[in-house]
Amino acid sequence: MADTTAKTASSLDEMSPRRRQLAEFWFYFSENKGAVIGLWFFVALVVVALLAPLIAPHEPYQQYRDAVLVPPVWQDGGRWEFLLGTDAVGRDILSRLLFGARYSLFIGIVVTAIALVVGILVGVVAGYFRGWVDTVIMRLMDIILAFPSLLLALTLVAVLGPGLDNAMIAIALVYQPHFVRLTRAAVMSEKTRDYVVAARVAGAGPLRLMFRTILPNCMAPLIVQATLSFSNAILDAAALGFLGMGAQPPTPEWGTMLAEAREFILRAWWVVTLPGLAILITVLAINVMGDGLRDALDPKMKRS
Amino acid sequence: MLKFFFGRLLILIPTFIGVSIIAFAFIRLLPGDPVMLMSGERVMDPTRHAQIMHELGMDRPLVMQYLSYIGGILHGDFGTSIVTKRPIIQQFFALFPATLELSVCAIIFAIVLGIPAGVFAAIKRGSFFDQSVMGAALVGYSMPIFWWGLLLIILFSGILRWTPVSGRIDLLYFFPSVTGFMLIDSLLSGQKGAFTSALSHLILPTIVLGTIPLAVIARQTRSAMLEVLSEDYVRTARAKGLSPFRVVGIHALRNAMIPVITTIGLQVGVMLAGAILTETIFSWPGIGKWMVDSVFKRDYPVIQGGLLLIAAIIMIVNLIVDLLYGLVNPRIRH
Repeated sequence: MADTTAKTASSLDEMSPRRRQLAEFWFYFSENKGAVIGLWFFVALVVVALLAPLIAPHEPYQQYRDAVLVPPVWQDGGRWEFLLGTDAVGRDILSRLLFGARYSLFIGIVVTAIALVVGILVGVVAGYFRGWVDTVIMRLMDIILAFPSLLLALTLVAVLGPGLDNAMIAIALVYQPHFVRLTRAAVMSEKTRDYVVAARVAGAGPLRLMFRTILPNCMAPLIVQATLSFSNAILDAAALGFLGMGAQPPTPEWGTMLAEAREFILRAWWVVTLPGLAILITVLAINVMGDGLRDALDPKMKRS
Repeated sequence: MLKFFFGRLLILIPTFIGVSIIAFAFIRLLPGDPVMLMSGERVMDPTRHAQIMHELGMDRPLVMQYLSYIGGILHGDFGTSIVTKRPIIQQFFALFPATLELSVCAIIFAIVLGIPAGVFAAIKRGSFFDQSVMGAALVGYSMPIFWWGLLLIILFSGILRWTPVSGRIDLLYFFPSVTGFMLIDSLLSGQKGAFTSALSHLILPTIVLGTIPLAVIARQTRSAMLEVLSEDYVRTARAKGLSPFRVVGIHALRNAMIPVITTIGLQVGVMLAGAILTETIFSWPGIGKWMVDSVFKRDYPVIQGGLLLIAAIIMIVNLIVDLLYGLVNPRIRH
């Protein structure tokens, strides 16, 4: 009873500080012009990915036999129906790139979500209980971190079988120790604070303490790490696709498109250049955004 | 210092055991058993199958198998490749110098460009130079290096025809491998043009592999330098009337280097992962390409052994970095 009344009272109180927090966050975030540009690009990318079937001029798998390796429209021999040219089997590159945005965002979301959720669960448990549980978990994380991420992902995919789903699982598994470490460190430093002790004295159980009391105060480094994982996941999934171990042809995933285009590098620059450029710009936008997030969320960086 | 060293070494042992368990368990995760894998798709008569299982010791309990596997490793026996039938450790040592040569060149490239760029960006904070360096570093950090390699090939090998597309040296040259490092071997051979050929093969892969470390080192140097430059002792040094070169080059840089050394150490893992992609693009005969080829050929013992050896290298390098760190920064030791 006492708990519920306290809760409604606090949620009423919370309304304005929440909004104030958000306003403060936006103030610091928008100071970084690059981060704002990155954010807008990212929003545009999400829109493109969602609307891909509507805005793409062609079907991504449609092969035009009369239009093989057509250069982009501004070059000699370019055709208006294929703005960015076509690939070796006559598929429209622009349409494939637009659909590719779906894969990249999907990879980023799935990998980050798995790594974040599993990482937080394991990290909170390690940081809260300490003792042998902590030791076992952290040694396990050390073991995963002892391998280069791409190599471990590559061998995992070799075991699980090539394909996008397995690539995402492998990459998520490889990223999750970073979240475990961050969560554990944050939980350990928060655990002895007065408000946690107060909540425990008030009778909150371990689960409530872990996830309602402590976790919300540990989110800042996790959010920053999540943006990093998002962009790295896109890079690593593209790298696996490039090595032939990620998404399989004819999927219009950017890394896979690059792998298919490799043999034409000296004949048709656009087949190679454009998918890579799409990866670079997307990853760059997310990283710039992540820099802005870090500056806005890190209390040490704030000038009061 | 000695205590610090053994303390670090002691932490490594359980990690290494864990790594070896993962590498060992790896083959067990595969559907089917190792004998079926080795025989490929062929049908095998069950008694023959059981016989081979027995010969390979596969019918013993898993713990016994693991112990004999680890026993072999401690004697330097990492098993044999299914494809080439050669001992894995022998192949590894034949290919490792190529990766080492490439990685060393790449890290030198990254340090030589990255540290000065970061220092000057910090000194001229907010200037056009600072902004361009940090912009370039962000691009470098976000770079899909497999694409970057292809772009450089298009430009320098395709259009300008300055550098070769792949390999370590022209087929024209042949000389015995003394050190395994092409640059040194080609010099020792005394053949005209051999060194230039080796060097021109090395340039593009070095740039590709060094790009991400370069970006990370430049960013880290800049932020470490900015932090140090605002310290009291730097102001004191300035107030004493020391030349700006002395203040920045000696007083500030020495302390700013501490986090940078850690960053450089952390790049080793990045380099070995990057070597997988770089070596694939440039057909560089190192362990990265070896691993990728083995994955494609389903040469599982090689993947297993390679995984273990690479993890061991990274752990040893991290240990060395830790020790260096303890030497440079005595506070860490306690």
